Amino acid sequence: MIKCKTSKAIGGMGHSKKRKEDARFIQGKGNYVDDVKLPGMLYMDIVRSPYAYAKIKNIDATAALAIPGVVAVVTGKDLEKYGLHWMPTLMSDTQMVLPTDTVMYQAQEVAAVIATSRYLARDGKEAVMVDYEPMDPVMDPFKALDEDAPVLRSDQEGKTDNHIWHWEVGDKEKTADVFNNADVVVKQQMHIPRIHVASIETCGCVASYDKVDNHLTMYMTTQAPHAIRTVIALVAGHVGLTEEKIRVISPDIGGGFGGKVPVYPGYVIAIAVSFLTGAPIKWIEDRSENLQADSFARDYHITAEMAGTKDGKIQATRFKVLADHGYTDASANPSKFPTGLFSIGTGSYDYGAAYMEADAVYTNKPPGGVAYRCSFRVTEAVHAIERMTDMFAKKVGKDPAQLRMENFIKKEDFPWASPTGWSYDSGDYHAGLQKAMDAIGYHDLRKEQIEMRAQGKFLGIGISTFTEVVGAGPSQDFDILGIKMFDSAEIRVHPTGKAIARFGTKSQGQGHETTYAQIIAEELGIPMEHIQIEEGDTDTAPYGLGTYASRSTPTAGAAAAMAARKLRDKAKKIAAHLLEVSEQDLEWEPGKFFVKGAPEKAKTIQEIVFAAYTNHPEGMEGGFEATHYYDPPNLTFPSGAYICVVEVDAETCDIKVRRFVAIDDCGNIINPMIVQGQVHGGLTQGIAPAMYEELIYDKAGNILNGTFMDYLVPTAVESPSWETGHTVTPAPHHPIGAKGVGESPTVGAPPAIVNAIVDAVAHLGIKHLEIPVTPFKLFKELQKVGYFKKAT
Amino acid sequence: MTKKITLKINGAEHTMEVEPRMLLVHAIRENASLTGTHIGCDTSSCGACTILIDGKSAKSCTILAVQAQGKEIATVEGLATAEGLHPIQEGFHLNHALHCGFCTPGMMMRAIELLEKNPNPTEEEIRWGISGNLCRCTGYNNIVTAIQWTSAKMQGKELPSTEPKFV
Repeated sequence: MIKCKTSKAIGGMGHSKKRKEDARFIQGKGNYVDDVKLPGMLYMDIVRSPYAYAKIKNIDATAALAIPGVVAVVTGKDLEKYGLHWMPTLMSDTQMVLPTDTVMYQAQEVAAVIATSRYLARDGKEAVMVDYEPMDPVMDPFKALDEDAPVLRSDQEGKTDNHIWHWEVGDKEKTADVFNNADVVVKQQMHIPRIHVASIETCGCVASYDKVDNHLTMYMTTQAPHAIRTVIALVAGHVGLTEEKIRVISPDIGGGFGGKVPVYPGYVIAIAVSFLTGAPIKWIEDRSENLQADSFARDYHITAEMAGTKDGKIQATRFKVLADHGYTDASANPSKFPTGLFSIGTGSYDYGAAYMEADAVYTNKPPGGVAYRCSFRVTEAVHAIERMTDMFAKKVGKDPAQLRMENFIKKEDFPWASPTGWSYDSGDYHAGLQKAMDAIGYHDLRKEQIEMRAQGKFLGIGISTFTEVVGAGPSQDFDILGIKMFDSAEIRVHPTGKAIARFGTKSQGQGHETTYAQIIAEELGIPMEHIQIEEGDTDTAPYGLGTYASRSTPTAGAAAAMAARKLRDKAKKIAAHLLEVSEQDLEWEPGKFFVKGAPEKAKTIQEIVFAAYTNHPEGMEGGFEATHYYDPPNLTFPSGAYICVVEVDAETCDIKVRRFVAIDDCGNIINPMIVQGQVHGGLTQGIAPAMYEELIYDKAGNILNGTFMDYLVPTAVESPSWETGHTVTPAPHHPIGAKGVGESPTVGAPPAIVNAIVDAVAHLGIKHLEIPVTPFKLFKELQKVGYFKKAT
Repeated sequence: MTKKITLKINGAEHTMEVEPRMLLVHAIRENASLTGTHIGCDTSSCGACTILIDGKSAKSCTILAVQAQGKEIATVEGLATAEGLHPIQEGFHLNHALHCGFCTPGMMMRAIELLEKNPNPTEEEIRWGISGNLCRCTGYNNIVTAIQWTSAKMQGKELPSTEPKFV
């Protein structure tokens, strides 16, 4: 049970309050971007390249422009006149808005058609004739580094290869030394495939430029409205669109998962066209465009190694990564972290030597590198460490749960300095795993596994005990294009004791309208029902870097608590004034200050706030408002212990998840119902890449599954019935001890599932399986080890 | 070339000029301005546009507006009445069966027909029953729970607790 400091009526932290935002969503009154309709609005559709790599010889818009209702066709050459045909990426690379001469990936934007209706824009798109001269694309990231590979980014002066950057962390020599002297070394090449966030709402915008006021209102699907406003000002400042003249509105967002962090060409083209025509321009991509052109996630090829003693003590790890970034590095990472937070990959284990390196390459695939419900590349790292831990356990002949218990960082050893430079804030890994083992009946399952094998049936039990790193981040290290990654809250309490609070973050389903209200209720004692939360309008909300990487609670949630504490300090002064006592004589309980020893002498927060407007002490500023910009002293380190049980059909290789227990530790819990909901959703986005999802390209650069017909988002049938629970280890440096949770399950679930499937067939000689583990892939692997020969 | 049609949506008549090729979902959203019905894909896979046509759930991106004349169309906007929310809306809210809310209207419309045909579905029947509707946020657990709760509510049975359950 979660202990609550406030009554249910106040509804502070720990109460499973039902969500305030639900009312509009269940009645069809949400306001998503495609619901925005402005007078005189025109519609935009985008002509896309059928080739992965080709020269554009000619674009003929004559037939399109002849269609009544088609207003304009915009090409890269048109944008070039205004210097808007290229834009910077968040990683200081560059990306075409529209090409002037070459296309670099299939489905790349080639031209935009503007028309009076959605249908006519699509007609116009079909009628634009483009002459291409196809070239041989570079699709294999390993071959991208061959000496005879064509240099894809010929736009970069002096570029002689397809290498983007090299990154490394840890002590290379020390690690090599441990490996050279180790009893046991396990090594595995693995691919974390290219996948897509596929939020059910695609991306889009309505760009509305007012020529009279020189003012742009941009309704768009963005997780980071303020950062986007700054980016627009930086990109379009030279045409006179400066930051005070830009209002970005991020209305209700139909899922984000990182895919709505980047700036896509469609947004920029819509702005440019609205700027030139003065008409509002709506652009809503369809699902296929979304899957084929918008940012991918993952696509890391990892060579992972682990060294240890023969009795099962982990001593060192070494990871080498080849990152396929597609045509440009358009990752959404903090600027100083080209591999995101991949260096968390030493996991939950106590050892002192690690070395990681990564090289990124250009290929003819769409750009990206977004999160997919993960804190900047943590999923890739966790997959590697958790797979290696299992392989190591197998090699030394130890139970994987036992080996983890013996290698965990101990509760008392926090804060713990990781060999790759992190300072883990807190954790109790032993308690988490023990709770998961008890809940699932671990030892009984091991017995059942033996019995089932004797009958030729395959049962597998897989564990993942991961550490996340979220809440970016402390300003000394974390920025995006130079803007520090703090976040903000502004609280205004009205004379009658009701409040509105605004934030620099933006919910895409996380439930901020409820949880932020609960944080403020916890601190001020104002019932959460009386606190209105607003986000997503840059004209009204304080500056912040948005919602992704599980950062909202660690940053803006902390800002809410700090701003509320400023107000509570003020409330104390007012209460002392009203009760004619000194501040030292007052005590706080949620909702009121009272005189020590005389609890009947009290002033409620509502009375105090009213006095702030009607009878405030002399010399004190009137009103009751506070703002706080929270710069976290450290990141937060949520953790989890997941156990998955699978049954594999010995004939069809069908894989069924029988049970999955997830024990998460996200520190103090604001709303248990919402935390559980986040974990459920994250787990389904964990089984997705483990068993179903992968963007597949052929050698010619064609995407083979770029629609919802063949990109397999799990339905309720594929998604198991999740069992969840928690341990609570507060973040010691965070004002409310919370850590963030939305992404932990997506990070932690895939290795638990794969470890379970490998475990189910390990006795047949299977050591590793690449994700997604499909029945066909498993069938082929079992064929390789001779299982089916024996069976027939 | 356009055609004048009248669609009966949630009991109200909407007369509009549409091209014969216009999808019903666009007519509902743009001509009738009922934007609670959403569009999540272009292959009739996601179910965000699910509505009821003569009581049967249907993906409104698979039907032309002109084909829907003379039919009783029900969308999410018509669920709540003067007496309050529809049980399925209550069920989704109380059981935290929605996060971003984008799939929710379609999911609820599908659930209504499911419960109409099978007032006491098993968990497996519910999961198969909503397998034409994708949700990316919730992991489906609470959607299943919400439909079970609604099933009890609609039959006047004792209501299950809506507090979250943990291991």
